[in-house]
Amino acid sequence: MASAVAVRGKEEAGRRERRRIGAKGNFAAAMAVRDVDVDVAAIYPITPQVQIAEKITEYVANGELDAEVVPVEGEHSAMSVVVAAAATGARVFTATSSQGLEYMHEMLYIASGLRQPVVMALATRALSAPINIWNDYSDAFGMRDTGWIMIFSENVQEVYDNIIQAYRIAEHPDVLLPVVVTLDGYILSHTVEPLEPLGREEALRFAPKHPRGYRPVLDPDKPMTFGPVGVPAWYHEIKYQQVRAMRESRRVIEETGKLFGKLYGRSYGFIEEYRMDDAEVAMVSLGATASLVKAAVDRLRREGVKAGMVKIRVLRPFPVDELVKALENVEAVGTLNRAISYGGAFEDPLFMEVAASLASRGILKPMASFIHGMGGRDIFVREVMEMYKKLMEHAKAGRSARRTYFWGVKGHNPDDDQKD
Amino acid sequence: MEAIKKPIRTVWDIPRHEQFAPGHNMCQGCAAALIMRMLMKVVGKDAIVAMGTGCVEVTTTPFPYTSWRNPWLHLAFENTAAAASGIEAALKALKRKYGIYKDRYVKVVAIAGDGGTFDIGLQALSGMMERGHDVMYVVYDNEAYMNTGIQRSSATPLGAWTTTTPVGKRMRGEPHPKKDIIGIALAHRIPYIATANPAYPTDMMEKFRKAYETRGPSLVHVLSPCTPGWRIRNEHSIHVARLAVLTGMWVQLEIVNGKPRVTVKVRKRKPVKEYLRLQGRFRHLTDEEIQRIQEMVDRYVEEINRWVGEEAIGPVEA
Repeated sequence: MASAVAVRGKEEAGRRERRRIGAKGNFAAAMAVRDVDVDVAAIYPITPQVQIAEKITEYVANGELDAEVVPVEGEHSAMSVVVAAAATGARVFTATSSQGLEYMHEMLYIASGLRQPVVMALATRALSAPINIWNDYSDAFGMRDTGWIMIFSENVQEVYDNIIQAYRIAEHPDVLLPVVVTLDGYILSHTVEPLEPLGREEALRFAPKHPRGYRPVLDPDKPMTFGPVGVPAWYHEIKYQQVRAMRESRRVIEETGKLFGKLYGRSYGFIEEYRMDDAEVAMVSLGATASLVKAAVDRLRREGVKAGMVKIRVLRPFPVDELVKALENVEAVGTLNRAISYGGAFEDPLFMEVAASLASRGILKPMASFIHGMGGRDIFVREVMEMYKKLMEHAKAGRSARRTYFWGVKGHNPDDDQKD
Repeated sequence: MEAIKKPIRTVWDIPRHEQFAPGHNMCQGCAAALIMRMLMKVVGKDAIVAMGTGCVEVTTTPFPYTSWRNPWLHLAFENTAAAASGIEAALKALKRKYGIYKDRYVKVVAIAGDGGTFDIGLQALSGMMERGHDVMYVVYDNEAYMNTGIQRSSATPLGAWTTTTPVGKRMRGEPHPKKDIIGIALAHRIPYIATANPAYPTDMMEKFRKAYETRGPSLVHVLSPCTPGWRIRNEHSIHVARLAVLTGMWVQLEIVNGKPRVTVKVRKRKPVKEYLRLQGRFRHLTDEEIQRIQEMVDRYVEEINRWVGEEAIGPVEA
């Protein structure tokens, strides 16, 4: 990869060209794809990511991006196309949502198992049945064990920045893993927000291209067999290598986020702490939902409640130590998520990770998990404030919630979730 | 060794060079092994192979061994054509943007079995053909899911026993005739389509050569007798393959830009019984059932003759 030094030399030029525009999350994603000069993009329409596909083809039609766009006949083929194209040495991209992600699910494991630096945007959306096109994180959480690095975006700027960083991370020789960048369906995908794009020159300086030459690819001059049968004598070792790559990616993700901050003034880590310095209760959340929690924290602070929030930016690899460090001094920890693990130890899959992180470091404190906003149900700031208050009750009682609280369900009192 | 450029007419035109290494785990008498060897001789070193899950894939690449001297990629079962599309798109972009293989013709060869083509891979294949990718697609058709142990596919012929079309009181083997994959390819208006058979190696290799030379999607459908699956003797696979042609069960076709031609003409057909009786998978068939298959083949031959505009396949010999 290009050395940080080389990038730093151009620092000033990058700052000068900075301009601010308004863009939807979908357009920000497409602009990032254009700016990193993707070679092959597989596209297939599904709501709410479809504008990404439209915009990319528009760039190609206008000559703003020189790429092969493969308008596939389904998402399974979309992922197959980009994995194969990556294996041939191309820089690749695809985007999907919801059912599309489920349809390509098989290929998600193959992308990571073959160590292909595929980058995908996921406009998060609920899963059928019943069919629902609105936002929640069911699709994203469904892919958490597929071996992908997972980065959640909180706003449109982050969508753009995360995709640029994703290429630098995915293609790093010590990583070589696929990366998914999420944007909340509609809430980010279709909302116009301020955006400062880096522009092509700067983006390529940050995530330089090395077509062939830094990793093995399908090449007649150097024939290799990709995707052979992993016999029991070797499969175990191959999987462990994948684990090592995921662990190794932590260093690269961290360096990449810091360098980005140094160059462009927007620094990225695994988590983001919000008013955590003196916080007594903290809620962990992710995606655009984090913005909502921040608003609730501000209002609680005005009421004199010492509330704080921790945003998970990188869900995979899960930032155990960063999270523990952020949470070790609060009295109670809550999680707010928009995904369900039916029949899980707790129905909130995010909570299970947070609880395991704290417990593994010997930290036990009152905890509670909250699920709200499935399938695009609005979450109101006052509701998040109520959750904080529920969390404070747990802090006071010194007891964790026995089950996940389901908030905002019509005709349902969340307290009933604690009864047998 | 580059791809063969001049026509393959006799065995002397077949290169000695091998791109497909021996030592693989395929069965004795496996026709697919021969087909792969012949195919790779023709396409040479500049072919990138995309292979679907199946017999050939599992028997030729048990890590850390490989039989492939070409760059080779296996992703999954149903997406051989999509994987091939992705490689082709990447080659196009890399050539245009970075001049990679600027002065060479590097081509994608997709290989899959009948299950991975007729059934689970049909959608990806349709997409690949419709989008016009420059990919040569070879389907080795052993007429069932042999890799998992002889389960019927939509390529299984009428009456054949498989483990999922058993022979009992109420079931008499496969109840449906074979799916017409050539008709499906034709409907996509691709420039080159052919059927081939390892009992006619020069004919088969010439078709491989033409399919490789085609710019755009091409499909070669190859009959691949399977000794355990068809319940035939190891030394009979080529014999049975030849009988398929001589009985009219299998017609050697070549369709260039929609124009059909029979490449191996049969003046007088043998009765289908001669093909069926060598195979354990047809052992249960009664004379009546064989007669029904004969009638089906008669109709098929008539259809082909009408299509190609000559009596390419003659009547059953007395």
